[in-house]
Amino acid sequence: MTSIAKPVVAHPRLKTNALGLTLRDYEGGMSTLCAGCGHDSVTAAIVQATWELGIEPHRAAKMSGIGCSSKTTAYFLKQSHGFNSVHGRMPSVSSGAAAANRGLSVIGISGDGDSLSIGLGQLSHAIRRNVNMIYILENNGVYGLTKGQFSASADIGSKLKKGEVNEQPPIDPVLLALSVGATFVGRSFSGDKRQLVPIIKAAISHRGLALVDVISPCVTFNNHEGSTKSYKYTRDHDVEAVEADYIPVCEPIEITGLSNGSSNGNGHATNGHADGRPANGDGDLRVVQLHDGGTVRLRSTDPSYDPTDRANAYQHISGCQSRGEIATGLLFVDESSRSMHDVLKTTSTPLVDLGHEDLCPGSAALEKLMGRFC
Amino acid sequence: MNGVNDFAFKIGTVNGTGSASANGLLMRSIFRMGIPVTGKNLFPSNIQGLPTWYEIRVNADGHLARAAEIDMAVALNPATYAKDVAEIRPDGYLLYDSSWPLPQALNREDITILGVPFGRLCVEAFTGDRERTLLRNIVYTGALAALIGIDMEVIDSLLNETFGKKPKLLDANHKAIRIGYDAAVELLDCPLPFRLEPMDATSDSILIDGNTAAALGALYAGATVGAWYPITPSTSLMEAFTAFCHKYRVDEETGERKFAILQAEDELAAAGITIGAGWAGARAFTNTSGPGISLMQEFLGLAYYADIPSVFFNIQRCGPSTGMPTRTQQPDILSMAYASHGDTKHPILFPADPGEAFEMAVQAFDLADQLQTPIFVASDLDIGMNDWMVKRLTWDDSYTPNRGKVLTAEDLEKIERFSRYRDVDGDGVAARTLPGVGGKGAYFVRGSGHDQHADYTEDSAAYCELVDRLRRKFSHAATLVPEPLVLTQEGAEIGLVTIGGCDLAVREAQALLREQGILVDVMRIKAFPFQEEVKEFIESHETSYVIEQNRDGQLRSLLMIELGIPKDSMIPILDYGGMPLTARVVVEAVAGAPAGVPA
Repeated sequence: MTSIAKPVVAHPRLKTNALGLTLRDYEGGMSTLCAGCGHDSVTAAIVQATWELGIEPHRAAKMSGIGCSSKTTAYFLKQSHGFNSVHGRMPSVSSGAAAANRGLSVIGISGDGDSLSIGLGQLSHAIRRNVNMIYILENNGVYGLTKGQFSASADIGSKLKKGEVNEQPPIDPVLLALSVGATFVGRSFSGDKRQLVPIIKAAISHRGLALVDVISPCVTFNNHEGSTKSYKYTRDHDVEAVEADYIPVCEPIEITGLSNGSSNGNGHATNGHADGRPANGDGDLRVVQLHDGGTVRLRSTDPSYDPTDRANAYQHISGCQSRGEIATGLLFVDESSRSMHDVLKTTSTPLVDLGHEDLCPGSAALEKLMGRFC
Repeated sequence: MNGVNDFAFKIGTVNGTGSASANGLLMRSIFRMGIPVTGKNLFPSNIQGLPTWYEIRVNADGHLARAAEIDMAVALNPATYAKDVAEIRPDGYLLYDSSWPLPQALNREDITILGVPFGRLCVEAFTGDRERTLLRNIVYTGALAALIGIDMEVIDSLLNETFGKKPKLLDANHKAIRIGYDAAVELLDCPLPFRLEPMDATSDSILIDGNTAAALGALYAGATVGAWYPITPSTSLMEAFTAFCHKYRVDEETGERKFAILQAEDELAAAGITIGAGWAGARAFTNTSGPGISLMQEFLGLAYYADIPSVFFNIQRCGPSTGMPTRTQQPDILSMAYASHGDTKHPILFPADPGEAFEMAVQAFDLADQLQTPIFVASDLDIGMNDWMVKRLTWDDSYTPNRGKVLTAEDLEKIERFSRYRDVDGDGVAARTLPGVGGKGAYFVRGSGHDQHADYTEDSAAYCELVDRLRRKFSHAATLVPEPLVLTQEGAEIGLVTIGGCDLAVREAQALLREQGILVDVMRIKAFPFQEEVKEFIESHETSYVIEQNRDGQLRSLLMIELGIPKDSMIPILDYGGMPLTARVVVEAVAGAPAGVPA
């Protein structure tokens, strides 16, 4: 079987972005994932977010490892270079690409199998290194391509299709990321484009590694009663913290408060500031209609929730976890973070664009240096 | 054996006591007197408290492989007295610290025992344990200067260069050197029968280790991304690269750096970073040793299959497993040649000394770009970490990096469709594009099955087309890698085939065998894949020996597999105890074995 190219049909009335490109220009090949796969919704959100941000497609680099999630880099941004590497090693390949060419917008896609078992070390160290990239972790609690084994994010008590029950504790990528110094942590649900698109946009605009954990149900192997990564479970237990507002490229991220359903004129739900709202524990429960017709119950967080406070974020997320709820939204951001390039003090010209004369000290310098070895 | 400007001595100390700088001072002084010299640091995998040795060989003819015989042992570590005394050749000398009595059991009637109370002299002259311990090394250096005739002016000027900015240290060192020198002159019959006389044989040479030289090669080749995980004996390569980058690649005004060096979490990540950067268009490398090569196998297969330029320095050490991490060997020839699962083959360059480590580092980056594949530079601990005397490194300013086939945006405009893996030229190398080029240059690189357009495939024909192209590319590589070095003699019927750091010992063996009336030709293989002339050399000799430093004769195996040379036509000479090769091993194997009979 070969890959399937999507027919390109340019409808004359399609909206264009600042670059004059349509959404279709940000799409990729036809998905070969199962119908209803959460990952396809994430792909759609990436297409939407990159189009809205006006990312130049050739300036993006799509990086992935191995697994269902890692296949999705072929389904968006067909005009971008892509790299489907080896299992669990996307973070290191991305580190190298980002180091070599800081002009690239590095978009890493991984899954819970790829990132939380074989790739746990690479994920952790890419976070520590604060690589200039967005890292989307499509999290379904199961190994799909090998037909349905538990992954390391499967919850205790979660059941496989054949009835096997997981008894090992899960690794929560969001808590892990916070504990190893992540500078941007968000979580969303593949079925919640309204929340996911702004988070991805904010993440792409972040200076440093932005981890976005997306609960993305596996319709074939993990979307049944007993699975804690199913559409139903997620919708019933999703707890939103803070949304990201629309973030223009290269401008600082502004954190706003809770959603009250108003619009910012860009066609997205936006956030009213939380100022003045009473602190009332975990706030109100609200039911939101999603784009696919489903509903999700969202509990607003305490209005005092401060996504710039790491300890507070940790407490909120683990608090939700202990109640069987999933904290979503933009959970933590450190605006003062120093990215890999800041730390390395890399020249503003991408290393790949430096000429040999910039790099080679020449014969006279070598001759002089030889004095040291006599 | 012993004589003027032809001898070897060995100093036994405890590691972590500061003897390294004294040993360097000794060797450099001899070098400055114009006499060919080499030093081998035989150190433990330990930071402090275990035995360590330094062997210095002086040879007017430039035979600077490890010496087969020790003329004098300088025994300063009571824990190794017995071993040190046992290694001295008959009629040789022992110099020991006579502050304490030498155990009677260690007396050998056939050697001359020289005692200087180094410890007591230090106690009398200096205060504090630390100062006394450190300066004892300089005191024995002074005594050796008197015994073997090192020019004290040379030592003084070296001390001035080293400690010029620290007057207190400088004074103490001058004092210590003089104490040792005077004590030896007073107590002993100086100089010894074997001693130094100034020559003029080092003026066009330097003393440099291979890791430093390789780092310079990477710098001059324009490498910008270095990824690594610390491992002996390769660590000093990236440390040297880092130091050179800070010296030459930092913008004076802005402080901006024209390099990115990433210490990774492990060797897998180091390989991944290298490959990611190579794909993005940087000249990128990693440096490691055997255990790292094992960990990098999966990524090496990806880079091979997906045509990604990358350079891997392997500073080999004794395996398997952790093995003997501070001992030298050539044990990874096969694991580099066929690294990774599936059908894979990788070009390897085998430098013989630090000078070649510099040259081959540069070649490796050109080859990686030309061939779009991982290139190994296979050094070893002896080359990488010991100071060798080699010709001064020079640079040709007309050099421009050969970046291979890279299509620019302009190139792309002229073509209908960009097919990443289409072999237009028939050499197995297809043009690539770099991320960011735009237009129709985008492609999707993957380790899974792909066709010439870089599209996913599980089609047999498309798969075979791709892996057959990679085979063509490997054949093409044989035309680009350096040719073997062949040293022939009229009438020789025996061929010695060798590789890398065995070079000096084999050349010395060639000279020694000639003295015995045995004429041998030498071929040192510089690279894999092998050229046809490698086969021709072996076939043209009645008897061929393959000399290498591993147990299983990996080079010989590779010659059998790749060139179809019959097993019995190559007699293995294998030296794998972890020490640099000596000419004696080769001479005894060749002179001792009847021709044509496997040793």
